[in-house]
Amino acid sequence: MKILLDQDRCVASGQCVMTDPDVFDQRDEDGVAILLTPSPNPAHHTAVREAAAICPAAAIQLAEDQ
Amino acid sequence: MVIDTALSLPAARDAKCPFDPPPELRKLQDQAPLVRVRIWDGSTPWLVTRHADQRQLLTDPRLSADPTKPGYPLQVERRAVSGRGGIGFIMMDDPEHNRLRRMVTAPFAIKRVEALRPGIQRIVDDLIDRMLAGPKPADLVEAFALPVPSLVICQLLGVPYEDHALFQSHSRNLISRSSTPEVRGASFEALHDYLSSLLATKDADGDLLSQLAERVGNGELSRGDAAGIGVLLLVAGHETTANMISLGTLALLENPDQLALLRDSDDPKLVASAVEELLRYLTITHTGRRRVALADIEIAGTTVRAGEGVILPNDIGNRDPGQFPDPDRLDVTRDAGRHLAFGFGVHQCLGQPLARVELQVVYSTLYRRIPTLHRTAELADIPFKHDGGVYGVHELPVSW
Repeated sequence: MKILLDQDRCVASGQCVMTDPDVFDQRDEDGVAILLTPSPNPAHHTAVREAAAICPAAAIQLAEDQ
Repeated sequence: MVIDTALSLPAARDAKCPFDPPPELRKLQDQAPLVRVRIWDGSTPWLVTRHADQRQLLTDPRLSADPTKPGYPLQVERRAVSGRGGIGFIMMDDPEHNRLRRMVTAPFAIKRVEALRPGIQRIVDDLIDRMLAGPKPADLVEAFALPVPSLVICQLLGVPYEDHALFQSHSRNLISRSSTPEVRGASFEALHDYLSSLLATKDADGDLLSQLAERVGNGELSRGDAAGIGVLLLVAGHETTANMISLGTLALLENPDQLALLRDSDDPKLVASAVEELLRYLTITHTGRRRVALADIEIAGTTVRAGEGVILPNDIGNRDPGQFPDPDRLDVTRDAGRHLAFGFGVHQCLGQPLARVELQVVYSTLYRRIPTLHRTAELADIPFKHDGGVYGVHELPVSW
């Protein structure tokens, strides 16, 4: 799985950090999401999919492994 | 299928079920995904009844949140307030909305808010101590539900709490549907002027208003826009959470099995899940998210034309059985994670991490410290905010 995060779309709601703080964090200056790891290990996949689904700005896209 | 309806908004709740959305709205949800309704000015915007459609449309950039655009379904009559601009960026579209929003999002980041938790716990404990030492019965709204979020948002913004009587009463006028346009306008002006004069006194005090004042100083932001953002954060920061505390407590008192689950658990996950479920179940933002179409949009098989108003009532979205099984049951153990109580899309509540921590601290503390808490008025005699832009109770007499 590879995560594509569109920071321009991000509205800093913090939903992704709440869902998986090991994968997502927020910039100090404006709370915009940052990726701690763009290719998280499988243990995180369920949480990352949920984070993508609940992102209010649809800023998280996932490229799943085939 | 599209049906036209004679239903006028706001619809009335069933007095016997004060926690449930108006039954007529629920009926429409059963019947069709998209209906026409009539609002106060005689216009007939669309009503989107179901959770999935509401969620999708709230992320659609072809719907505008700007109430000055023709066709926007206004909640109440609106008068332009001269020279002061609007109430912050919630009534703007991107890219300007996002530019302004990002100026105030930093203090609401998850980690920053988590760091406030011990301070919020102290505020909650102090207020409970004071209430227990005071007379019985007490009004939970006045003694506890309003002061908790007011103290917290004052600290965060850098507003003196001593002024709470002033900003609380103007906030009430501003969001009440029964205020005349004149009263609403005067209260908005008063709050705007209050924030504007506070901004003028700020000098790198480390609070959010100081940061806005600095942006005014370097030309990124006009003083008027800064004051508008201040009004938005101050009003949204205390009214909403205060209503969730008092109405949530009343809902739990009416559901003693759920209250017991919450009170007897040490699991922060259960507390967090109870907060989400109460947000879903109560959806105090009960006047619907409102938008106007900027282009023709296909919604549930029907074309909504550019310039037509669209109302997305998230209170019935959160009771959609297609999304939440047995939706009228308060169940603090359910996964309510996809509720729309904070809205959805780019305008989703920016203060939600703070609201969550405040509610988690309150719900995990109040009923443990006062296990005998009960209401002293009949449910039928408790004044609900049927006319409120935000739902709740005006007062909640309790004893212990």
